[in-house]
Parts: sequence; structure tokens; C-alpha cells
Amino acid sequence: MDRPPNERLLLKGKRRIIETLLETAVRSSAFVVIGALVLIFVFVAKEALPLFTSADVHKEVTLWTMVRPQENGEFVWQPVSEKPKYSILPLAVGTLKVTLVALLIAIPLAILAAIFTSEFAPQLLRELIKPVVELLAGIPSVVIGFFALMVVATWLQDAFGFVFRLNAITAGIGLSLAVIPIVYTVAEDALSAVPQAFRDASTALGANQWQTAWRVVLPAAMPGVFAACVLGFGRAFGETMIVLLASGNAAMMSFDPRESFRSFSATIAAELGEVVYGSPHYHVLFFIGAFLFVITFFLNLAGHWYVDRLRARLEGKLKA
Amino acid sequence: MRRWIKFVGLAFTTLTGLACLVIVAMLAIILGNIAINGWSILSWEFISGKPRAGMTEGGIFPAIFGTVVLVLLMTLAVIPLGVAAAIYLHEYARQGSKLVHVVRLALANLAGVPAIVFGLFGLGFFIKFVGAGMDHAFFGGALAFGQPGILWAALTLAVLTLPTVVVATEEALRAVPLSYREVAYAAGATRWQVVRHVVLPQSVAGILTGTILAVSRGAGEVAPIMFTGAAYYLPYLPKKLNDQFMELGYHIYVMTTQSPDVEATKPILYATVFVLLVLTFALNFLAVLIRSRIRRRLRTA
Repeated sequence: MDRPPNERLLLKGKRRIIETLLETAVRSSAFVVIGALVLIFVFVAKEALPLFTSADVHKEVTLWTMVRPQENGEFVWQPVSEKPKYSILPLAVGTLKVTLVALLIAIPLAILAAIFTSEFAPQLLRELIKPVVELLAGIPSVVIGFFALMVVATWLQDAFGFVFRLNAITAGIGLSLAVIPIVYTVAEDALSAVPQAFRDASTALGANQWQTAWRVVLPAAMPGVFAACVLGFGRAFGETMIVLLASGNAAMMSFDPRESFRSFSATIAAELGEVVYGSPHYHVLFFIGAFLFVITFFLNLAGHWYVDRLRARLEGKLKA
Repeated sequence: MRRWIKFVGLAFTTLTGLACLVIVAMLAIILGNIAINGWSILSWEFISGKPRAGMTEGGIFPAIFGTVVLVLLMTLAVIPLGVAAAIYLHEYARQGSKLVHVVRLALANLAGVPAIVFGLFGLGFFIKFVGAGMDHAFFGGALAFGQPGILWAALTLAVLTLPTVVVATEEALRAVPLSYREVAYAAGATRWQVVRHVVLPQSVAGILTGTILAVSRGAGEVAPIMFTGAAYYLPYLPKKLNDQFMELGYHIYVMTTQSPDVEATKPILYATVFVLLVLTFALNFLAVLIRSRIRRRLRTA
């Protein structure tokens, strides 16, 4: 609602005080939202800071020793041992491995399903599919993790004879269930936002339904579909419980998706409970957390930038 | 050529339809598997009893109780804040202003922060900063609030569910026709009077949807409460705000990974998963129902 910003100045006495107080309260709630995001970063980064500044921590680990090859050229993550080793490369490899598997499953499925819903499905079916995906989004990730660990792992091992029961394929399938709803929702929104005139024009030129969907609607909605993939990547990258339960939690430096692995997020979840407060290990875990925050922050920013661009593009075209 | 185009078209359409079917099937398989394996174990003793014999027997009452109290505390914190933020965005702020843009961006980013980072934030901010500060100021340095407890876990979840509440509330505010507000302003109402007596009564359903979705999300999250208050096993129920508590999702995680006897735990594990799933699903289903009614109104408005 647009009204002159100082309309309450026209009021008198008690009423004016009440209005001013309430407006201040409502306005400050908006600042709390911004503040929450800032505080999250500040307080996670604060606990990670000693990794850069403290000489005590540097005796055990520095940023450099976390990425460079250790003696005899290995990369080992073994923070709880006589001589703690903090190579984050096996964690990076594990995270990328499972994220890739999850996206390879989730993105084609979700985008094809979004095309079906927005272009081909009759109204009734559309009203049915959307709630189903919303329900899928509502399954707690600990339940998906449990399902991947107890059921999917057994099925896959019986079918393909994996040496490692818990591996990146098992966890990736579980993870894809968490990614599908977000990719689907954003992509479906983008496809539905394409004006009907585009489709009508395409049909008038003699294109059939699938040609219209594939050659006209999908290209027009491309920034939104791309945003869906970026946001899906962000979701997969930071997901904790599914990976924690179904990954096998072995920090191995292996690109093979059939072997066990360990991700950044699962490492924090598995180790923070036992860690000594203020120890180098504690600060390294917060550093990983800050890293996760920064990566997902920029992925989200990029995703929403593309969504905004799509909106501007479609609206701009409408005006022309 | 014509037949070729027709064939490719049919294949493409079928492929997209199949993708939908696969997604629906995935949901059906999970639900079916857990319902079949969980239903037969479910009993009143299981719901109302305590875990026994190293969690291989007995019930899950402490976990259910902890979840309910946790989610209640979270709701008390997140609803006023979330609704106020939505009212600001839709009723008070000048649309298109810089601040509105930044708040929306912050909300979208908040929704994308990994759950485990919220856990770190809860530990670093609520426990080590606010809690330790309170101990220092009010308890003479004795350990009271500077440790994991149900209040801190609930507040951490409140921050996590804030975007859910704001988005749902704003959608409801948008569904209130502009003409209602214009009539009230024309009659001399102030801005708050319009919000309080016209807009809010019309958006109760939307606020309810947001609440339900937040509760369902909060009840299912484990990563944020792992370090902020959830406990493996407690012989007592939480009574004070700084007590630790048991929680359904965390209980599932603990039983899955730390059980001394996996096969013995499996039946009650399935039943626990079933209870959590029924809880979150019933809530989600309710929210979807209410929301589809709001959206229908939005279309006609």
C-alpha cells in the first residue's frame, strides 16, 4: 500500500504515539530478518577466525596444511589421532561426488516433470502433482536418510553387488529426493510465467505442442530453469542428515561413486559433538561451516539474480 | 516427415509424463515402505512408554514430548516476528524501496543456509554468546544458560523457519483485496487500524498455513538441534528452559547410528520414523489444503 510516509504526523495525541510505536516495532522486525543473516555469518566466522590468527592453532593446522599434500603425498582427514591430520580435500571430493550424483538424477527428472506440469498436463492433473511435490519437500531429511540407509542401500547392493554398502550412489539417490522439490518448483514457476501469447504465436505458425514447449517456452524460461539448477546445487551441497546417514562416513580420497565418502556438512555433524571447545579441531569445523555458508550464500544470490532477470525479461518483452 | 515429427512429439510428451510418474512413485515407495513396516509395531505402549534396554525396547514418549515442547517454543518466537516482518513488507514499506529489496534477498538467502550451519550458529551465538553472557550477568558465572538447552534449540529453529512464515503470511496479505483497505482508509482509519481490523482478520488462514509449515519443518530438522540441546537419552522430561530434551528426529538418528544391536532396534526404529512422518505429513497436508483455498481466492481477487 503506497501512502505518504508521514501520514501519522497528521494524527494527534495518544493515537499518534501508538501509531509511531507500532510502526517502529513492525519496521524493526524487518531489520531482525537482515540481522539474523548477518549474525549467522558473523558468529560462525568468529569461531573460525583463530584458524587464521592464533599461533596455538597454527602449531597443529593452517589453511595451507589443509590443502597441500601431507608427508608421503597423501591427503588424510584424521583430526582425532595422536598426530592430527586435517586435509579437507577428501571432504571436498566426497561432497562434489554426492552432489553430482544427486543433480544428475534430480535435474532431468524435475525439469521434465515441470515441463509436463506447465505445458501438457490437464488442469486436474496439475492440481494433483503440485501438492505431491510439496509433500515430498515436507519429508524430514532424517527420514530420507534413514530410508536410503535401510532400504535403498540394500536394494542397490543386491542389484549391482557394490563392495561398499554405503556409497555416493546410495546417498546421491537419497539426496536427489531433497533436491527434486526445489528444482521442480523454481522451474515450474519459470515455465508458467511465460506469457500465453508466446504459445499462441507458436501454434499459429504451425508448431505442435511439443515443438512449442521445447523451442519456444523452454528457451524463454531459460534463466529461471538455470536458477532452479543453481538453487538445487546449493541445497545438495549443504544437506546434512541424508549424507550423514547414507555416506558411510569414510573420508577417502576417491572419485569412484561406488565407494564410501564423507561430506563437509556430515563432518561437522559427526565431529562437533565430541570436540574440545576452543581446540584447533573446533575452529576447523567452524571454518568448514563458514565455508558452507559462503558457498551457499553466493549460489542463492546467483539463483535469485537469474529469477529476477527472467521476470524483467518477460515483462520487458510484454511492454515492447 | 510429418509422421516423424508426430513420433518425436509423442516420445517427448511421454518422457515428461514419465518423469512426473517417477517422482510420484518415489514418494509412494517411501511412504508405503515406512507405513507397512512401522504400522504393525505401533501401539499405545509405544507412544506412551519410555525407551528401555538401550533403546532396543520400550516407547518414545520422551521424544514426542520433547518435540512438541520444542516446536511450541519455536512457534512462540517465530510467529510474531515473521508476521510483523510480512506486515512491514506488504503494508508499511514503500514497494520497490531499497530496504524491501534487501529484506527479501535476506529472506531468500536465509532459506538457503544449510541446516548444519544453523546448528553452528545456535552454538556460537545463543549458547556461547547470549547464554554465557546471561550466566555471567545473572548467575554469577555459574553454568545455567551457557549450555545446550531446549530454549536455545527452539530459538535456532525459529531463525531457520522465519522465511517460511514470512512468505506464507505475505501471500495471505496479498490475497486481501486492495479495495478493503481503501474503504477503511476512506472511513478515516489509521494504518495500524487498517492492519489490525481489516487486513489481519482476513489473513488468519494464511498465517495459520505459515505456522503449520514452520511447525512441520521444525519438527523434522535434526542438524540445527544436535549441538544446541537435543540429548541421546534422558531419564526425565524437560522442565526448565535450559534443560536438554529428547526429540523424534534426533532419536531416529541416534538409533540408526549408535544402536548396539541394529536388528533388535529395527522394528521400533521403523515405528518411530512412521510417527514422525505421520506428524509432519498431517501438518503438511493441512497446509496444502488451506493454501489451495487461499490461492483460489487470490485468483478471484
